[in-house]
Amino acid sequence: MKVGATIPATFGLLLIACPVGAAELSADPNAYSEPAWSPYLVGSLIGLLSMMTFYFSNKPLGASTAYARVAGMIGSAIAPRHTASLKFYQDKKPRVDWEVMLVVGAIGGAFLAAWTGNELTLRWTPAMWEARFGDSVGLRLAVAFVGGVLMAFGARLAGGCTSGHGISGTMQLAVGSWIAVICFFVAGIAVAMLMFQI
Amino acid sequence: MSEPNKSTTNEKVRPITQLVLGAVFGIAFGFLLQKGGVAKYHILMGVLLLEDFTVIKVMLSAIIVGMIGVFSLHRMGLVQLHLKPTRYAANILGGLLFGVGFALLGYCPGTGAAALGQGNYDAVSGVLGLMVGSYLYAEASLVLSKSVEKWGDRGQLTLPNLVGLPTLTFVLGFVPLLAAVLWAIERAGSGG
Repeated sequence: MKVGATIPATFGLLLIACPVGAAELSADPNAYSEPAWSPYLVGSLIGLLSMMTFYFSNKPLGASTAYARVAGMIGSAIAPRHTASLKFYQDKKPRVDWEVMLVVGAIGGAFLAAWTGNELTLRWTPAMWEARFGDSVGLRLAVAFVGGVLMAFGARLAGGCTSGHGISGTMQLAVGSWIAVICFFVAGIAVAMLMFQI
Repeated sequence: MSEPNKSTTNEKVRPITQLVLGAVFGIAFGFLLQKGGVAKYHILMGVLLLEDFTVIKVMLSAIIVGMIGVFSLHRMGLVQLHLKPTRYAANILGGLLFGVGFALLGYCPGTGAAALGQGNYDAVSGVLGLMVGSYLYAEASLVLSKSVEKWGDRGQLTLPNLVGLPTLTFVLGFVPLLAAVLWAIERAGSGG
């Protein structure tokens, strides 16, 4: 039980120590510059965060199921019997769980990070999108919506997303996770090239 | 298959504590994603256009640290693994569909939440799409579970199982390999 006490203490120290190692914050919100913190530092801290979620919550980091649970909650409000009849929602009950809180927390955490780093964007179309496709908000929202639909269907079929497969699954050396993440990038690269380089 | 397992161990943690922990971990996750630059549209599209490798650097660093950490904790008997099943057809088809959506949306489910928090309002539309797509999958879940998800179902298969090595040996070889990939990317980037 001694180990159980030292491990949280170690995690705590690491978290306190981390901002000291962080690079200077950048100021321009839309500059195509270096990220505020080194990607190696951020990645390593996400690795430590994964250890903490395994240890304290018995859960791997993952984001996509949260959207499915919230969709199920909305579905249950509109068509309760139909939603309850679906196989997926019999396996994954539509309710607020750890993962929903994780995604809600991530929105807040990113706000804090952008706010403290003076990187709040507060815009409807990303600069890079505008340079290629113009400043129509409707077009951007429509494409983003369709992208979201395909992405969520794909995530559920593949069994996870860039977090669940791409980080948590790959670090546990699951074969399916490595296959899925390679497929994410293969198709993503093909479509991105079509969008921006043709 | 791991469901009964999961529910028994989760009983140690009170449900409300679990929700608070989820929020705390989420805040840390979103904070790190934003600070790492991976909540930004051009950084995420940059990796798909093979022009910016921030996403790969973040992911591989997380995988290396997490792999060493989680397997160490597992050997000490402090954590359980949560392996997702390997289903070749579903992993490939779902993965490709996800990739198409990734390029169109420009964010993924985790970084989309972070993008929203950062003030990229277009992520709202992506979030709505993610919920609709999830519900559509649920509509098809019975049919898919009897077809595509059965094709090439290998259960909790790991890379060490596949090549026939003990996990420890595999990790000792794999970590330097991933580190070498990072080193090569860094060299290619700075070498011009």
